Amino acid sequence: MAVEKELKIELGKQGIFVTTIEELYNWGRRSSVWPMQFGLACCAIEMIATTMARYDLARFGAEVFRPSPRQADLMIVSGTVTKKMAPQVVRLYNQMAEPKYVIAMGACAISGGPFKQGYNVLKGIDRYIPVDVHIPGCPPRPEALIQAFMTLQKKIDGQPLTGEGRPRYLDADAQCEFPVPEQGAHDLEPPSNRGVWPVEIQGRGSRD
Amino acid sequence: MASSPYFSLAVLFVAALLFGLAPLGLAWMWARLFSPRKPNAIKNSIYECGLVSKGDAWVQFRSAYYLYAIIFLIFDVEAVFLLPFAVAFTGLGVAACVSMLIFVLMLVEGLAWAWAKGILTWA
Repeated sequence: MAVEKELKIELGKQGIFVTTIEELYNWGRRSSVWPMQFGLACCAIEMIATTMARYDLARFGAEVFRPSPRQADLMIVSGTVTKKMAPQVVRLYNQMAEPKYVIAMGACAISGGPFKQGYNVLKGIDRYIPVDVHIPGCPPRPEALIQAFMTLQKKIDGQPLTGEGRPRYLDADAQCEFPVPEQGAHDLEPPSNRGVWPVEIQGRGSRD
Repeated sequence: MASSPYFSLAVLFVAALLFGLAPLGLAWMWARLFSPRKPNAIKNSIYECGLVSKGDAWVQFRSAYYLYAIIFLIFDVEAVFLLPFAVAFTGLGVAACVSMLIFVLMLVEGLAWAWAKGILTWA
């Protein structure tokens, strides 16, 4: 970095703003994260409340819920992902343009939640797609979603554009296709994407 | 050329074109130079709410559908005329009532014709 942080603050006090392309670029990215208009279950109601006047997600530049994955940057998996719905969720994630981020909202989306024992419920969407922020709660309050959103903004802000830790889309070798699972005889095939869920899933019964 | 009365207009026209096209061109160049490309088969597939799209978008409708729609439209408009007629009914003269009757009968005749032609039979 050409300018030290203290010097930058000092210059800022004098009315001189110093920035880097990286900071400017990330500032633009984090200030215009457009979520996809996509709700799965009761968490979606809280998500809707978050966008409305009382909680006002628009303060963070994220009020534009896009009805098409092509225009969206953020997928909020808000609710129970059934095994019937999981392939659609993964396909929608694939169809979003890079850079894309995922917030898994609520107990169901992160782990299956109260329906974890159910034969038809996916035990967390992070088995198939990379999740950036997990929010526990059943459902999480709008404040929690805003907290997750701010966490995501911090993550975007901290991403370097080159070298180690750069976002996936700036890495020419990074894998950007996430295979869509199919309905098998008893379960989704494969039971997880080993690229994002490195642990082998044991006991392929209803409890896995 | 510069003495032509249309010269300033032409200059404005070119400026207006550039004003519209330059941002598009810049955006296109920016995308070509800097946007990272990560295409794959799933990403490029047709967006259909997450489902795999089935069939072709170029669906043909039977021509009977259009006849049906046109007949509906005619009677829709008739209802627009019938409403003020019904409201003003008690104050109307014989001539107005007769002309309205002719109007309705003409439409009924059209309906009878369509019926006889078998358009109302949906098969």
